[in-house]
Amino acid sequence: MLPGFSYTRPETLKKAVEELKAAEDAYLHAGGTDLLGCLHDGVFPAGKVVSISALKGLQEVRKLSDGGLLIGALTTIRTLETDADIGARYPVLSQAAAEVASPQLREQGTLGGNLCQKPRCWYYRGEFDCLRKGGKECFAFNGQNQFHCILGGSACYIVHPSDTAPALLALDASLQVSGPQGERSLPLSELHVAPNDDPRREIYLEAGEIITAIKLPKPAAGLKSSYRKIRARQSWDFAVAGVALALVMDNGTVKDSRVVLSGAAPIPWRSQKAEQALQGKPLNAEAAGLAAMEAMADARPLEHNAYKVPMFKGLIKEELLKFIAD
Amino acid sequence: MPENTGEHDCSCGKGLTRRGFLSTAGATTALVAVSGRINVNVAQAAASEITSEDMAKITLDINGRQQRLLVEPRWSLLFVLRDRLGLSGTKVGCERGECGACTVLIDGRPRYACMTLAVEATGRKITTIEGLMNGEQLGQTQQAFLEEDAYQCGYCTPGQIMAAEGLLRINPDPTSEQIATGMSGNLCRCGAYPHIINAVNSAGAKKRN
Repeated sequence: MLPGFSYTRPETLKKAVEELKAAEDAYLHAGGTDLLGCLHDGVFPAGKVVSISALKGLQEVRKLSDGGLLIGALTTIRTLETDADIGARYPVLSQAAAEVASPQLREQGTLGGNLCQKPRCWYYRGEFDCLRKGGKECFAFNGQNQFHCILGGSACYIVHPSDTAPALLALDASLQVSGPQGERSLPLSELHVAPNDDPRREIYLEAGEIITAIKLPKPAAGLKSSYRKIRARQSWDFAVAGVALALVMDNGTVKDSRVVLSGAAPIPWRSQKAEQALQGKPLNAEAAGLAAMEAMADARPLEHNAYKVPMFKGLIKEELLKFIAD
Repeated sequence: MPENTGEHDCSCGKGLTRRGFLSTAGATTALVAVSGRINVNVAQAAASEITSEDMAKITLDINGRQQRLLVEPRWSLLFVLRDRLGLSGTKVGCERGECGACTVLIDGRPRYACMTLAVEATGRKITTIEGLMNGEQLGQTQQAFLEEDAYQCGYCTPGQIMAAEGLLRINPDPTSEQIATGMSGNLCRCGAYPHIINAVNSAGAKKRN
């Protein structure tokens, strides 16, 4: 049985924003899979749950007049996985969606919720008063850290759990956010909080703010994209290592690229070093190998997760080379 | 006393079975355990807040029947199905969305009842393992699991069957890979997976014929 909370399901976005803003211990319920898990595990208590599941306007997927795509924040992961237009124009996103959790959770989980997930670190989810939960230290740093970060760690060493966030970053997605001050647009690259900025916060949303939609620009001519994820078990799990790639190709040469890693860092990790290694180069084994090396140039493994470094190198190289075979 | 033939162990007969007794006890509790203040119908007036001490009056569509219930906001659909309605076919496993024992269909799609608040299930069509029966006859997917011996201890079986049913309703002719993916949200501690895969194949064939 979950600890008690009050519950409201507003029928307008404005009311949802007000309800969320009104109480400090109010939490947003979209699909509910992450929230209920956190409440079940006692990660934090919720005084009030504000459900946005009645906001039908947040469920649409619509092609924009500029050729881009607007995805309502309540769109389920399953819809992203199966939508034919997304599969054709943004393969990285449908491939990432297909790798999220289990079929049951994909039916329930939403894209907005997937971006706002709490970390899966076993100390954070367990009965440890860790830094991220308001305590004094990160227990992973000197503890069981085989699934923790190798890049971007500082004070807290989680990995970001989302598969869709790296895919959307590779596509230069932006977010539409509604809040007490009205609407604003936010590049996805500015959503997630690195631990050296604040180890107790995951996202830069203000009190009462709700992500309403995710916008994708029109795919560039020559765009090739993919997502691949390595898990500790075959059926379903969070990423041990993953890579979202979006390459704009011109006659076999890389004109532009995004290389974004999952399972690597406390935030979805864009590797600009890997991108620079590919820039303007013909896509071949040498360029792919160099990009893979560069992606790991700053890696600082912990005691039990050094295996991730060669794993990422192999993964990135293999995935890049698949575009040549195409 | 009517004579107990001992041939069947289901609550349809005149004898009182263990399962029948437990379900009746559960249903009785549902009627007496209302201590909180009664709030408005969530489905109709969702915008008003239900405090943690309140009971919300909701209607759930379960196996085609409208069930009127008083629920606390924190109650999962799983808890309501089993402990308030006596539908004990849906099993309690991990209660954290990892094992699949509590799989039900919501609007025809497989979902974990443990990760769904009962108040969130209003206005949806909920199907549990009991809802797959045709009277006293097993449904096609249930029958296929029986014929293929797709279980050992049987605890995960209702969840496995509901996951299979959800998969086959969308795709009655899945490939082996699609079956593996479609069934990946359900754990079987006994490791009956090869037989489960056979049962899904067999259930698909029954549905197509």
